[in-house]
Amino acid sequence: MIASRADWLLALPVLVPLIACALSAALRGRARAQRLVTGSAAAVMLLAAGALVAEVVRRGVIATQMGDWAAPFGITLVADLFSSAMVAITALIYAVTAVQAHADPGVRAEEGLWHPLLAALVLGVAGAFLAGDLFNLYVWFEVMLIASFGLLVLGGGRAQLDAAVKYAVLNLVATTVFLIAVGLAYGLTGTLNLADMARRMPEVPNQGAAAAVAFLLLAAFGAKAAVFPLFFWLPASYHTAAAPVAAIFAGLLTKVGVYAMIRAVTLVFPAGQDWMAPLLWAVAAGTMVVGALGAAAHWDIRRILSFLIISQIGYMIVGLAIATPLAIAGAVLSIVHHIIVKANLFLVAGAIRRAGGSFSLAQMGGLWRRDPWLGILFAVPALSHAGLPPLSGFWAKFLVVKAGFEAGWYVLAGVALATGILTLYSMLRIWIEAFWKEPPEGAAIVALAGRERWLVLGPVAALALVTLGIGLWAEPFAAFALAAGEQLAGRDAYIAAVLGARP
Amino acid sequence: MLDSLILRASARYVLWACVALSVFVLLRGHNEPGGGFIGGLIGALGFVFHALARGPPATRRVLRLDPLAWGGIGLLLAAGSGLPALLLHAEPLLTHQWMEGLPIGTAIPFDIGVYLVVLGFALAFVLPFLGEDAA
Repeated sequence: MIASRADWLLALPVLVPLIACALSAALRGRARAQRLVTGSAAAVMLLAAGALVAEVVRRGVIATQMGDWAAPFGITLVADLFSSAMVAITALIYAVTAVQAHADPGVRAEEGLWHPLLAALVLGVAGAFLAGDLFNLYVWFEVMLIASFGLLVLGGGRAQLDAAVKYAVLNLVATTVFLIAVGLAYGLTGTLNLADMARRMPEVPNQGAAAAVAFLLLAAFGAKAAVFPLFFWLPASYHTAAAPVAAIFAGLLTKVGVYAMIRAVTLVFPAGQDWMAPLLWAVAAGTMVVGALGAAAHWDIRRILSFLIISQIGYMIVGLAIATPLAIAGAVLSIVHHIIVKANLFLVAGAIRRAGGSFSLAQMGGLWRRDPWLGILFAVPALSHAGLPPLSGFWAKFLVVKAGFEAGWYVLAGVALATGILTLYSMLRIWIEAFWKEPPEGAAIVALAGRERWLVLGPVAALALVTLGIGLWAEPFAAFALAAGEQLAGRDAYIAAVLGARP
Repeated sequence: MLDSLILRASARYVLWACVALSVFVLLRGHNEPGGGFIGGLIGALGFVFHALARGPPATRRVLRLDPLAWGGIGLLLAAGSGLPALLLHAEPLLTHQWMEGLPIGTAIPFDIGVYLVVLGFALAFVLPFLGEDAA
């Protein structure tokens, strides 16, 4: 029997970065060939991910068993609307970071390692989105983690090593907690396949132990997602990485944690435990507020942006806490929007650093007069991030807050709205300091010009267009998010796709 | 680098003994404990010993290719060993016997791939710490 279309569509998002990683490692020392590998891998992955989304929209949830080992025992790859959208965005971020990295001196100095590590990171992220099995999810997290250690120290200054140690320690602790939870879940249900586990978890006699598994999983994924109170590693490390690295970290890594949280809660623990809703409530509110306040207190653009990542993660957790289909749709749209916008803001921060000579707001100014295009390209993701209509962030926030009011979670919805204002404050501060203020004495004045300008601003513009597209043409995206929310809340399609129509 | 005549003289023999042992462990792994991962580590130990005695540049000459490149080739091989099963859902491609009676199957290229990945990436990680520029 020849492999079917679904087999290929599910395997390609994992195979392409795997082969790109292998090839670019084998071609170390030949920078031109490595760039060709990364470029074509990103292009192929974008096409494959687009085809995957189309297939899932047409046919609903699709699943494949690697090597034909049947479902609860073999390795399962599954894609529903949510995970296929995540794969597509991963491919998009892969492509834009690969382009912008050409212009980054820090990355170019270490190009031999950058290409394989970037591909390995994308491999881990795409694998985590498609994994239909808890242990495989763990393995993909590890792949992602190992690659991210390498990327974080790329270029290797003292500050970067310091950041990498903090990042590594907290992430290893989270991974260990995850592994313990995997072991407990296997002991309780006798299966690691997520769909199979979803059927068996309610029948487990010891529901106290099931609650412990749920809590450990939430803690592990929460630490990866940098939610309150487990977020400390993120602002301690992200601001040291090279600009393209920071962009891909900020865009993708925490979102894999949120994805895993949403997947685990909606699929395996849908009825929830009675402690889960209040816990998620507190986590969501704390994450939003702490992130926004932290951002307001800093002067380094990248530290501000790092704290804002945390605050945005809060919105996604709000969606998960409310857990109506509409709220989950809001969380899905928030993740999609946030990956694009956040990666974009970090890419712009890199460009501002080039043009203004610093990451510190105090030491730059007058950028608007020198480079209005840079200002416009910053304004689009910044305003979208703060949730102003008609940009993508508005719709994401709108869905979450609407779901909150409908479900009677008024306080949480209020906190979400207030956080939006604080976010806007931080964005305006960057705007006023970097773009409007007169440049301080001795500020470096560098013009971005020629090929470099295109390489730096091209990806930024592409992502800004996507943000504008989602904002102005919101109908299909909102419909997609709502369908994804329905699919996540009603988990039968997922279970049936993985396990077949067995009773 | 330790400047000892005994160490320098024995380095080459220790290296090849380690590589031979690692290949044995690699192939034995099919029926008994062992295989690509542990074999790769044993092989890497041999190269690290060689690098300690004679300096990383000499070890790189023995390796011919960059260690990371060896890892990349191994990863390609391991990934490639899964492709036939993806292309044709045929049972023999999943077992350790392609042909009746011969213990040669998909697991062999996969394990050799793992061996090279472990060997390559371990050396790519260790060699820069052994004083790359010293010799």
